[in-house]
Amino acid sequence: MDLSTTYLGFRLPHPIMPGASPLSDDLDTVKRLEDAGAPAIVMHSLFEEQITREQLGHMVSVEMHEDAFAEALSYFPRPEDYALGPDRYLEHIRKLKAAVGIPVIASLNGTSASGWLDYARLIEEAGADALELNTYYLSTNTWETSEQVERRTLDMLRAVKQNVKIPVAVKISPYFSSLAHFAKQLDDAGADGIVMFNRFYQPDIDVEELEVTSHLQLSHSPTLLLRLRWLAIISGKVHASLACSGGVHTPIDALKAVMAGAHAVQMVSALLVHGPGHLTTIVNGLSRWLEEHEYESLRQAQGSMSHERCPNPGAFERANYQKILQSWRRQQL
Amino acid sequence: MPQRRMVTLDGNEATASVAHRTNEVIAIYPITPSSNMGEWADEWSAQGRKNIWGVVPQVTEMQSEAGAAAAVHGALQAGSLTTTFTASQGLLLMIPSMYKIAGELTSYCMHVSARTVATHALSIFGDHSDVMACRQTGFALLASNSVQEAHDFALIGQAATLKSRVPFLHFFDGFRISHEVDKIEELTDDDLRAMLPDELIRQHRQRAMTPDRPILRGTAQNPDTFFQTREACNPFYLACPAAVQQTMDEFARLTGRQYHLFDYFGAADAERVIILMGSGAETVHEYVEWAMAQGDKVGVLKVRLFRPFDAGAFLAALPPTATRIAVLDRTKEPGALGEPLYQDVVTALAEARAAGTAHIPADALVVGGRYGLSSKEFTPAMIKAVYDNLAAERPKNHFTVGIMDDVTHLSLPFDPDFDIEPEYVRRAVFFGLGADGTVGANKNSIKIIAEETDNHGQGYFVYDSKKAGAVTISHLRFGPKLIRSHYLIKRANFVACHQYVFTEKYDMLDYLVPGGTFLLNSPFGPDEVWNQLPAELQEQILAKRVNFYVIDAYKVAADTGMGVRINTIMQTCFFAISGVLPRDEAIAQIKKSIEKTYGKKGPDVVRKNFEAVDHTLAHLYAVNYPDHVTATRRKPPVVSDKAPDFVKRVTAVMMAGQGDLLPVSAFPVDGTWPTATAQWEKRSIALEIPVWDEAICIQCNKCALVCPHAAIRPKVYDPKYLEGAPPTFKATDYKAPEYKGWKYTLQVAPEDCTGCTICVMVCPVKDKSNPKHKAINMAPQLPLRASERENYEFFLALPEVDRTTVKLDVKGTQFLQPLFEYSGACTGCGETPYVKLLTQLFGDRALIGNATGCSSIYGGNLPTTPYAVDPNGRGPTWNNSLFEDTAEFAFGMRLSIDKHTDLAQHLLKGLASQVGESLVDEILHADQRDEAGLAAQRQRIEVLRGKLAELASPEARMLDSLADYLVRKSVWAVGGDGWAYDIGYGGLDHVLAQGRDVNLLVLDTEVYSNTGGQASKATPLGAAAKFAMAGKATPKKDLGMIAMTYGNVYVARVAFGAKDNQTVRAFLEADSYPGTSLIIAYSHCIAHGYDLAYGCEQQKLAVDTGYWPLYRWDPRRIPLGESPLKMDSSPGKVDLEKYVRNETRYRMVEQLYPANFRRLMERAKIEVANRFIAYEHLAKMMMPKRITASEESSEN
Repeated sequence: MDLSTTYLGFRLPHPIMPGASPLSDDLDTVKRLEDAGAPAIVMHSLFEEQITREQLGHMVSVEMHEDAFAEALSYFPRPEDYALGPDRYLEHIRKLKAAVGIPVIASLNGTSASGWLDYARLIEEAGADALELNTYYLSTNTWETSEQVERRTLDMLRAVKQNVKIPVAVKISPYFSSLAHFAKQLDDAGADGIVMFNRFYQPDIDVEELEVTSHLQLSHSPTLLLRLRWLAIISGKVHASLACSGGVHTPIDALKAVMAGAHAVQMVSALLVHGPGHLTTIVNGLSRWLEEHEYESLRQAQGSMSHERCPNPGAFERANYQKILQSWRRQQL
Repeated sequence: MPQRRMVTLDGNEATASVAHRTNEVIAIYPITPSSNMGEWADEWSAQGRKNIWGVVPQVTEMQSEAGAAAAVHGALQAGSLTTTFTASQGLLLMIPSMYKIAGELTSYCMHVSARTVATHALSIFGDHSDVMACRQTGFALLASNSVQEAHDFALIGQAATLKSRVPFLHFFDGFRISHEVDKIEELTDDDLRAMLPDELIRQHRQRAMTPDRPILRGTAQNPDTFFQTREACNPFYLACPAAVQQTMDEFARLTGRQYHLFDYFGAADAERVIILMGSGAETVHEYVEWAMAQGDKVGVLKVRLFRPFDAGAFLAALPPTATRIAVLDRTKEPGALGEPLYQDVVTALAEARAAGTAHIPADALVVGGRYGLSSKEFTPAMIKAVYDNLAAERPKNHFTVGIMDDVTHLSLPFDPDFDIEPEYVRRAVFFGLGADGTVGANKNSIKIIAEETDNHGQGYFVYDSKKAGAVTISHLRFGPKLIRSHYLIKRANFVACHQYVFTEKYDMLDYLVPGGTFLLNSPFGPDEVWNQLPAELQEQILAKRVNFYVIDAYKVAADTGMGVRINTIMQTCFFAISGVLPRDEAIAQIKKSIEKTYGKKGPDVVRKNFEAVDHTLAHLYAVNYPDHVTATRRKPPVVSDKAPDFVKRVTAVMMAGQGDLLPVSAFPVDGTWPTATAQWEKRSIALEIPVWDEAICIQCNKCALVCPHAAIRPKVYDPKYLEGAPPTFKATDYKAPEYKGWKYTLQVAPEDCTGCTICVMVCPVKDKSNPKHKAINMAPQLPLRASERENYEFFLALPEVDRTTVKLDVKGTQFLQPLFEYSGACTGCGETPYVKLLTQLFGDRALIGNATGCSSIYGGNLPTTPYAVDPNGRGPTWNNSLFEDTAEFAFGMRLSIDKHTDLAQHLLKGLASQVGESLVDEILHADQRDEAGLAAQRQRIEVLRGKLAELASPEARMLDSLADYLVRKSVWAVGGDGWAYDIGYGGLDHVLAQGRDVNLLVLDTEVYSNTGGQASKATPLGAAAKFAMAGKATPKKDLGMIAMTYGNVYVARVAFGAKDNQTVRAFLEADSYPGTSLIIAYSHCIAHGYDLAYGCEQQKLAVDTGYWPLYRWDPRRIPLGESPLKMDSSPGKVDLEKYVRNETRYRMVEQLYPANFRRLMERAKIEVANRFIAYEHLAKMMMPKRITASEESSEN
């Protein structure tokens, strides 16, 4: 079965790839993923905070003690090539590139269009084939408008696009007032891909310690549904390629994502649970289903259930809501 | 041949630069002020920098200077070109090996940043007392006088030793040269190669030990031969001076800088000549230049090669007209006829006269004098005093200069206002805080000016004796000619104050010339600032018609995301106002250096710095001030009027930075100082202080336990004492049953708190409806200062709790008065809470021997003393002997105390019939294990004293003087891991083996903290430290396990931030254990590289990861049939990486050497797990119950 797809300009043998996660931290795991057939790898994110806080933290905890006491003008060795945080990330890109033959997509995660974005260029120089810009931002200001929130991401995207030649995908959250319009703006600003969606760390409350804790729960298949809706709505309306991220656990989940319009399907939770070999299972399952249903290729199914093409687009809209609500009432009664 | 570069660096780097390139093996041990030389060498080797023969020198840190010297000796014997760097006590430890190296005529050049040897006190500063202690070793002593000379002589020494086979000690003045930053011409590798011919190196290797050409050295010789063979080396010493001169001549041909064994500068017909060596010689040179212009017939003879002393060259250099000669020594030999250089000069002249070769007048007079001990200033004013003395009819001999000796009247008077600095030298003085980056920015400014213009530049930096809130004063000179002024600036064209609070503390404008410029970092703008200044400052501004500028640098820093780093902002102001460089060019250069410094640390830091620079000029204002003083407020007095007389007369003068003015008579003659004086030094360095919320406090006292500075304290007291309390004084009902009906107060010392926030972090209470509010919360200090000062004073006057009623758990111990308070330790220090706890529990009967290091510096660095006294006048008595001998030092105290007790008991028994048998019996058999027992014994001693007063016998008098020793004393050796694991380990081990009642407290920061983060054997696997840049490759030495093997030593490993109750128990058990006790105490430290507010959380992680197991090994359990080891923590339940990733010392390795880090971490995890398993085995080990006959009888 021809499962090939094109994502961010890369022609890939199939769309199932590991998403941004700790899976990319370990070279062995990455090699095992490649062996399992991963057509590309998305690296874990380099966080804005990692860059800025480490630099400033270094200033506070190390430099402030220098040249202050006659006996000890410094407290650490001063290696000439000592650089903070991100260099390790860049080094890791180089290592991944040396270790595997598949495209390596690096990931930058932040909220402001400022100096840290220079790392996009360094990431490109380190050999990354593409960049995923993860814009994890929650506005807690009462004065910040939704337009300003959108502009943050757009500004970041433009800043990065100016700096690099490699394709840039933007990983967004579902929490925008007008997601379709926003996706179009990203498209116009030059995004080569849109990844839907990132999953937020959900804060929890520790009632004993009176502290807010936060955990990232692994996704489940129901997580997928939100992605399906928006992939379907945006599919065909932008030039950028689309990726589904979150909730793909089975070959059918993957198939649904593709049918909704995804050019690439990113998986993390299922691979963390079942190991790199699970990727082969999904690919084989997808292939088998398409064969059994006599599809010619994956492309035939790609976007087939998008908002534009599906037989009942209302289901992706408000109508769907009414229907579900009514069905729930019926069940309750 | 490549062009020589002009570079800006300090004397240590200049020396190390040559030493690293011209040696193969470097064995060192850190000691101030030489540590940086070893560090440079280590860093260069770690970077793979090669020597001139193409290999990377091996740099190895040893366990002591004795070890370094021995390793050097071995490396030399095996044929390597080898060196070391040291100073002071370290040099003294090398002396035995130096005799050997010289006796074996070994080519070797070592480098010494000359430093004071500790006598009545330690001093880290410079003089020649260490070098002079080596003049009998057979080493050639070569003195360099400036940073350029230190660079040059490092090469001349290396070349001359290869030529002469006499080993060389090349030295320069500690701090004044080692830390002075100057612009110098750098020698190229080709220069070095040209001076070190391969043939000489081949000969050196040829003399080495090798089984291919076996020889034997180190024989034992007997009366028949030793003497003759000792004389056999003479030809080499006789030939050495000529070899040095030949080397100097070759060097001159190469570089154009001509040196001689003795360099004379001055009038050809000089009558008055000063002879000296070291940086002071350059200042005399500067003076002579000036004096000759005035027509004076004066000169200076600079001694370069002090040993071997070439009398012929000396005489030849001395002008024949010299009739009055002063020889200045930067050392003191009590009891000698004169100091070493003086004696040599006198001898050389006497011998020359006897031989008829003296060419100076027969009646020429030679006098000797001392100057500059411990970096005491040596200025043109003092030099003038020496020349004036020579001009006197009967010049004073054996004089001192630079001090006022009103006891033996040896000092020469001098005019402190005398100044000869030419106008073309621009001078700037900057007052800053260590933490604000002032010194770093100034070093950078010198670099910019010296390297981007034709100007010469010089920078010298004066640091504080305190580690927290340390003040720095930078002295910068720039000028078109070589700067020979190796002394502090007295008259500056530009004075900058980087901290507004200094306007209340320091007389900064005293440094400013009339019409000079004063730049103040001020929260008040140009229109308000005048009225905020104290009257003294206004008076000076008016009197000197000062050009006055202000900037709110903290605002600019905050606005541009720089936090509290104001360095680049103030630097920009300096360039903008001073006009040393055109403004735009200066700013471009500042940005260039920001890029260079921070480029690697990320574009964000660079951008923020750039923004700060760009925003600066818009916020810099000239101040238009009125023509009269408007202030009614004067600077507050340095100390309170309530301070004791000595504090007012002496301590306060030192605190005000005027210690130089104190005469000899002001001081104790033997280094004995009163304790409890830190309380008078109110530094107010915290921007925020904790504020107590009595409504929600649960009175656990944890905040007090963790406070490094004893600046937050609880008390319980009868409510009646609340009468007259200040209006804002807080009190609440005490909650526990033991002091029912009493009040409880938690009080902050607002002017002693350093604002570290550890207390707030450790507070377990959260307000239920607003959990971010705790029972203590930080609030700005300034608005609270006055009221809290009053509250604290009232609090201190409340009675101390009766020690016999206190339950000795964490909470209870904090009701005991801390007898260690307000020390100069770092903000957030992890060591001092242990020291404070020690004093709370045992301070009223403690003798402390303290190893040199952080704890001796914050424990005894003047002006003030943090060890305190209780209301009875009792408190810890403290002394710092050396770095390496502390266990033995404390052990000696124990021997002495026990002897006093023995004698007292003996006398007591003899006087039993007269003072009462039952009293004697009670005293001799008193149970003094707890506070009640101790109090009862003290009462008995009082009674005894009363009875003794009625007796006239000598025995009664003697017993009266010893009676206090019938009360149990607690003897402590306190020090860091450098002492316990490395340099003092041999002695510590011996004391452990003795079984005497000595308690050893190891404040384990896992690194040499005081000298700046060098690795020790306590440094953990995988952590970076100086000399372990890629992460320490071997695991931390398990000192506790080693001590346990003795079986009869009490051993505890503690971490107050993880389990404070276990810490308290360990201290109590160690004191009560009648043998030797060892406590290894986890101490978080700035050398770990994180915000120490999280110190306790890191301690918890250290324990929870299993990295730092808590345990107590108590030999008293063995006869009971129990395992002596009790584990107080569980095996690691948290991943080790969670702990290490919070600290720069580990993160650095991860970032620099990721593969190595991963490997080291894997090993570290195994190591941590394995060690725990070993402990657990020991803890499960059951011993058969054995009660010995003597124990049985004592039980009956």
